Amino acid sequence: MNLSVVPVSYYLVLSAVLFGLGVIAFVFKRNIITIFMSIELMLNAVNLAFVAFARAHNHLDGLVFVFFVIVVAAAEAAVGLAIVIMLAQNRQSLNVERVNLLKF
Amino acid sequence: MSLPFLIFAICAILAVAGAILLIAAKEPIHSALALILVMISLAVLYLLLGAPFIAAVQIIVYAGAIMVLFVFVIMLLNMGVEERTNFSKLAKYAGVPLGVLLLFAIAHFLAHSSAGTAIANGAAGTASSSTRDLSTQLFQQYLFPFEATSILILVAVLGALVLARKE
Repeated sequence: MNLSVVPVSYYLVLSAVLFGLGVIAFVFKRNIITIFMSIELMLNAVNLAFVAFARAHNHLDGLVFVFFVIVVAAAEAAVGLAIVIMLAQNRQSLNVERVNLLKF
Repeated sequence: MSLPFLIFAICAILAVAGAILLIAAKEPIHSALALILVMISLAVLYLLLGAPFIAAVQIIVYAGAIMVLFVFVIMLLNMGVEERTNFSKLAKYAGVPLGVLLLFAIAHFLAHSSAGTAIANGAAGTASSSTRDLSTQLFQQYLFPFEATSILILVAVLGALVLARKE
């Protein structure tokens, strides 16, 4: 199967679209878990760009980067969800607008 | 239309549809399922790009471990439908067009930049990046970052334990 049929720029455009949708979800969502998921969506979009560039330059460093991004995302999800559970126990709500002690 | 292009088109449409569903869904569990759809279609795209190891890790770690964690927390907290607060007028009338503008600006830049056109049709190597080459790279050139991530994961586990502990 000829893999070089799809131009790499298509993957980059898809990556940009996914990242933009992630930003929109991050700004518009009010549930803290959904905001977390939009961060994961943005990380995924960046991963796609990394793999596409690794493919374009025929270089493996991009794939190693994706590996590290996935590891860090796993660690971040574990700590972040622990914070979410603590927040839900203290505030009885997942709405970020009710968590405003540090808000100016 | 060739088979790889067809696969790319289907997966790209599925990924974008999943991302839009994530934004549109009212309940967090629907957003989580939409995100799983995005991740699985991205894994297929990784396979198409000749990175089978990354595709497997994407399925196992992202769609498996991380999303199970998300779904577990959503079910555990059971907060139901997300409450909508009224947006400010500024967010509604300036935020949406600016968000769409950002999206198109990035896409336009990527599609027309010199980097984009230089690699657009092309230099894509024929050699598929084998898992053997990737692991050689990972355990020789990137050995120290690899070991550092193990400490990061240890700290994350300790942090999660401390945070979730009952007082």
